[in-house]
Amino acid sequence: MNEAGVKRTVRQSLFIVGGMALFAWALVPLYDVFCEITGMNGKTGGPYVYEPASTTPDTSRLIKVSFLTNTHGGMTWGFWPEKGAVRVHPGQLKEVSFFVHNTSDRPMVGQAIPSLVPVAAAEYFHKTECFCFNQQLLMPGEKVAMPMRFIVDRDLPKNVQSINLSYALFDVTDSAQDLVTGGE
Amino acid sequence: MSEATLDQVTDHHDDHHDHGPAKGLSRWLFTTNHKDIGTLYLWFSFLMLMVGGLLALIIRTELFQPGLQFINPEFFNQMTTNHGLIMVFGAIMPAFVGLANWLLPMQVGAPDMALPRMNNLSFWILPFAFGMMIATLFMEGGGPNFGWTFYAPLSTTYAPDSVTYFIFAVHMMGASSIMGSINIIATILNMRAPGMTLMKMPMFVWTWLITAYLLLAVMPVLAGAVTMMLFDIHFDTSFFNAAGGGDPVLFQHIFWFFGHPEVYIMILPAFGVISHVIPAFARKQLFGYDSMVYAVASIAFLSFIVWAHHMFTVGMPLAGQLFFMYSTMLIAVPTGVKVFNWISTMWRGSMTFETPMLFAIAFVVLFTIGGFSGLMLAITPADYQYHDTYFVVAHFHYVLVPGALFSIYAAVYFWFPKWTGRMYNESLGKLHFWLSFIGVNITFFPQHFSGLAGMPRRIPDYALQFADFNMLSSIGAFIFGFAQVFFLYVLIHGIRAGKKAEARAWDGAHGLEWTLPSPAPYHSFTHPPVVTEEEAHT
Repeated sequence: MNEAGVKRTVRQSLFIVGGMALFAWALVPLYDVFCEITGMNGKTGGPYVYEPASTTPDTSRLIKVSFLTNTHGGMTWGFWPEKGAVRVHPGQLKEVSFFVHNTSDRPMVGQAIPSLVPVAAAEYFHKTECFCFNQQLLMPGEKVAMPMRFIVDRDLPKNVQSINLSYALFDVTDSAQDLVTGGE
Repeated sequence: MSEATLDQVTDHHDDHHDHGPAKGLSRWLFTTNHKDIGTLYLWFSFLMLMVGGLLALIIRTELFQPGLQFINPEFFNQMTTNHGLIMVFGAIMPAFVGLANWLLPMQVGAPDMALPRMNNLSFWILPFAFGMMIATLFMEGGGPNFGWTFYAPLSTTYAPDSVTYFIFAVHMMGASSIMGSINIIATILNMRAPGMTLMKMPMFVWTWLITAYLLLAVMPVLAGAVTMMLFDIHFDTSFFNAAGGGDPVLFQHIFWFFGHPEVYIMILPAFGVISHVIPAFARKQLFGYDSMVYAVASIAFLSFIVWAHHMFTVGMPLAGQLFFMYSTMLIAVPTGVKVFNWISTMWRGSMTFETPMLFAIAFVVLFTIGGFSGLMLAITPADYQYHDTYFVVAHFHYVLVPGALFSIYAAVYFWFPKWTGRMYNESLGKLHFWLSFIGVNITFFPQHFSGLAGMPRRIPDYALQFADFNMLSSIGAFIFGFAQVFFLYVLIHGIRAGKKAEARAWDGAHGLEWTLPSPAPYHSFTHPPVVTEEEAHT
């Protein structure tokens, strides 16, 4: 039998295995990039740098932005928006508040995860400030109003007249013990 | 691992001074012989078929009537999960690796597999992997209960503690498959007899070559997925945890990037087997050999770009849904070529209907039914209705049971005389076939209807209107289950009391393996055989 050939085949096969193992892990960042480009899953971006001088509101259009809140994974907090919906002009900076209430008897940490529909609008929805950029530490019984400021991009596709922004609030107390002990 | 592997290549020649099997248990523990290892794989997969079948019958017993009769929903979930995992990774895949071990060296005219010691290792880690996985059923908190697809966060945040054992078991199964595949590729590419060019290889060899490459490509992805789960569970990462910035949908993409090629891993070698059995009993050469090879290659390629058709309902841009719908439907073209060629092979052949041929014809008919229901599922808007219903259950059982499993039975009956030197009893074989054929259809055909009527899968209890179809399914399942125990009797009867078989046990069979005496000698071709026109690509 062809021993050199077997060695070469084994080497090539291991190369494929190694390459595919790397590919599997590369799928994680690739997926994020893919979601960011296509707006898939309605992921909204991080903090947006706002330049008031360069943006004038487009008063010819009025976009309805609705807010949904829900809690996940055994989260016991109360969580609700100040207003169910607001109407904004594209290019107009708007501030709204969301309320959270720690109804438990221990300090807890929450993390809000946004999701937006229609997904085609995700890349045109900019947040200059959002409670979802940070984890939130609340003492027992504490209730706070959390601000969120956003601008709907002037380039928002013409067929989009309303946007639904949903926040899912997760209990991350276990993995955020630093925040809990640091806060006491 | 690579260094050890290369060492085995260079020094394995030295340990072949003896020319018969060792005595007793050590023969099986330390064997490097492809026939012994093939036998081990085949018996192991039969054992797993019995275990997985037992779990299936527990499921069907509970579903015999509406309401909760025998087991609680938590245990029911463990049954569905482990039934799927054991049948996919424990029964079907090792059975095909066992067939590959037995047949490939004989079909390409080689003395043994290219890497015999690694061959031993790749078999012997399997019993430990499955021992570990099945042991979780008896642990506190129970075994895997999140479905065989183990979607996060069911398999991470909400998983039983035993999930870590499951993860390591999957790692071991993956390592076994990768080693087996490297061995198969190395054998096929380097150990063919002179004159056997690639386009003269038997179809079973071709299908396994392509399957082995599929395994190399997707097993590392599966290993990556379960490793990420492990990190999420124990090391506070958030690959699939939305609260930490991860995404559960990412899990589904990674899983199905593995999972879709995986379903072809379970069916391509079956295509190979059928392409041997039908020509032998139609007494004609396989129709369209070249197109068969290209069809298998096309199916393998397409299997990498269709994965998201398993997840149309998770939310995807319209362009994505269209792409995955059309690419999925495209697979019907090469598959149709294969079915057409098998039928054309039978056309005007002098056909006889021995047990392997019966299984092969049932394969063509019933696999095609499974293929058609697959086409229905590929239609994105219709899939919203079918998704996660019993229609899906009926679909994949039609391609896996009368598809993959029937092809394995066809192979076992077809090559049984070559392996054992004896013929099985034809009447008993036919009885096994008819019991299986009737049982499988009674079990799975009604599931199409209950699925279309809206019965969800993976539930221990169901609405009253599904009662009749489910009772029918359960009756069929017990007939089918009994038939497989009967199969064991047919095998043992054949091994002990069968008539002596000739070298060419079937007058229409061609291929190098039939030039060897029956039973095949312990070492197949110590000198490379001459590949005649008649024995090339049957």
